[in-house]
Amino acid sequence: MRDTAAHRVTRWTLRLIVIGYLLFLVIWPVALVAAKTFANGLAPVINALRQPEVIFAFQLTLSAAFWAVVINTIFGVGISLLLVRYTFPGRRALNAMVDLPLSVSPVVVGLALVLVYNGRTGWLGQGLEQAGLQVIYAPPGIIMATAFVSLPLVIREVVPVLQEIGTEQEQAARSLGASGLQTFARITLPAIKWGLLYGVVLSLARSLGEFGAVKIVSGGVAMRTQTATLLVEERYQQFGVVNSITAYTAAFILALIAVVALIIITSLRPGKGTSE
Amino acid sequence: MSIKIAGVGKRFGDFIALEDIDLDIASGELTALLGPSGGGKSTLLRIIAGLEVADSGAVEIEGVDATGLPAQKRNVGFVFQHYAAFRHLTVAGNVGFGLKIRKRPRKEIAARVTELLELVHLSQFADRLPAQLSGGQRQRMALARALAIEPTVLLLDEPFGALDANVRKELRAWLRRLHDEVHVTTVFVTHDQEEALDVADRIVVINRGRIEQVGPPDELYDHPSSEFVMSFLGPVTTLDGNLVRPHDLEIETHPFGDALPGRIERFNRVGFEVRLDVRLTSDEAAPPVLVTLTRAEATAKALEIGVPVWIAPVAGASQVRITTAVASAAASLDLVDPVPEPTFT
Repeated sequence: MRDTAAHRVTRWTLRLIVIGYLLFLVIWPVALVAAKTFANGLAPVINALRQPEVIFAFQLTLSAAFWAVVINTIFGVGISLLLVRYTFPGRRALNAMVDLPLSVSPVVVGLALVLVYNGRTGWLGQGLEQAGLQVIYAPPGIIMATAFVSLPLVIREVVPVLQEIGTEQEQAARSLGASGLQTFARITLPAIKWGLLYGVVLSLARSLGEFGAVKIVSGGVAMRTQTATLLVEERYQQFGVVNSITAYTAAFILALIAVVALIIITSLRPGKGTSE
Repeated sequence: MSIKIAGVGKRFGDFIALEDIDLDIASGELTALLGPSGGGKSTLLRIIAGLEVADSGAVEIEGVDATGLPAQKRNVGFVFQHYAAFRHLTVAGNVGFGLKIRKRPRKEIAARVTELLELVHLSQFADRLPAQLSGGQRQRMALARALAIEPTVLLLDEPFGALDANVRKELRAWLRRLHDEVHVTTVFVTHDQEEALDVADRIVVINRGRIEQVGPPDELYDHPSSEFVMSFLGPVTTLDGNLVRPHDLEIETHPFGDALPGRIERFNRVGFEVRLDVRLTSDEAAPPVLVTLTRAEATAKALEIGVPVWIAPVAGASQVRITTAVASAAASLDLVDPVPEPTFT
């Protein structure tokens, strides 16, 4: 009996520590953002959302995030297949490289992109600019920076699923007459569907919230290259209630989109028991 | 000939999986590739299916050179040890997969799927997912799926290896009946000599990447060409420098013919069978000779531990002269039931 009582105490202590940790680090601060947003009621929030700068910033953020996610989905599945299904020299190096965006500071990523793609001195940027494509201080640069930082998220979700399903189902499909493309579309893709969707949602959430790399690459000019996160920072640093309400509103919506996406995907995803 | 294999060789790095294999398999036959783990039998099957590419040699299926053909163009039905069920498709979806790929009309697919599910006794499970089936049912589904495309040859890689003993016996009897009904040329890989002897028309014994012997089950059992085949196909014991089957030894409590004298050292009853260890008087240092007989015989002859006996092979017993010390050591181990062969992918 004493043993179980001790066990119960340990269990409750652990729970309290975890909940306390989450409370002070995540739940309370995020809740405060929400509280600050609606501190003066709904009217200032609606006014904030009517500002053209805010509308533009969200449009830019959403379209950059959309393209970054599309790019990462295609390349993420491709790289995952490469990593799991094929052995080639340099596979381990590639595997390690995939995690680079998670370990390197986004600011460094931004700087690196500027060095390569800027129109005046970048050795790819000069040619591209002459061909009429501006990368740095323009949407293409924002999309690239966003895609770079969220690249591992799809891959790290898809790779374990691919490893787990093995190659036998694909071999069976081939022996039944399916081509490579048919095998991928009818067997591989349905098998990795949930892992892929989860990766896409994580990538979307990460893309919406990217700040450091985008800040350096975009220049953050309002109505031209200012994304939602950059708008939050700019408005937060300015004086006045209107500005701070705008900052809180934008921050709240960013958080809301990410949380809603995560909730939807988690509730749709079948439990571990039924996926086998 | 339905399948003609000529000079096929395959290496995985330094490991020689297959070396210069020549084999002809006749139409409509049920052939077993039998051998120990890592002997190359699964690799050979996968080369026939096109799931593995041979380093050298040629494969011909129904008169067509298939050596360079990819798996999807060989029209070969393949059944995997672990079923390879398409988890996201229903049983009917699994069985109809090959026909859907071939863009057959929906009605035709439905009719064929119904017919096949009846054949494998899974009609009432058509709308279930593979996860809701037992292992034996999944393997029957996999078989129906392979048969749906009306394959030129049906290949099964350790098809019953993942199932428990009773289901395995039931399924192999069923496979035999199915083959008698459908008559498709069938090749299956197994490491279980009993399974091969029970089901196959012909057995190909493969060891260390080479074919040891090919023939009907009785011929292999009664006239093994090597110590390996003899010891792999059934229990063996050593008597007077020969490998001989323990049930092919006659044992009496009095001298007869050329019988060798000895003494019963161990008496072990397993069900209806009695297993005796006999220490020969002529060679005390040699390992004891194993003799098996029925319980009734043992009782009638009043055999028990310590009793002096005389043993000799019965007339017509299959015997193989032991040529190497290594082989006799291997034969005294129980080589009969090794772990399943790993597949190389």
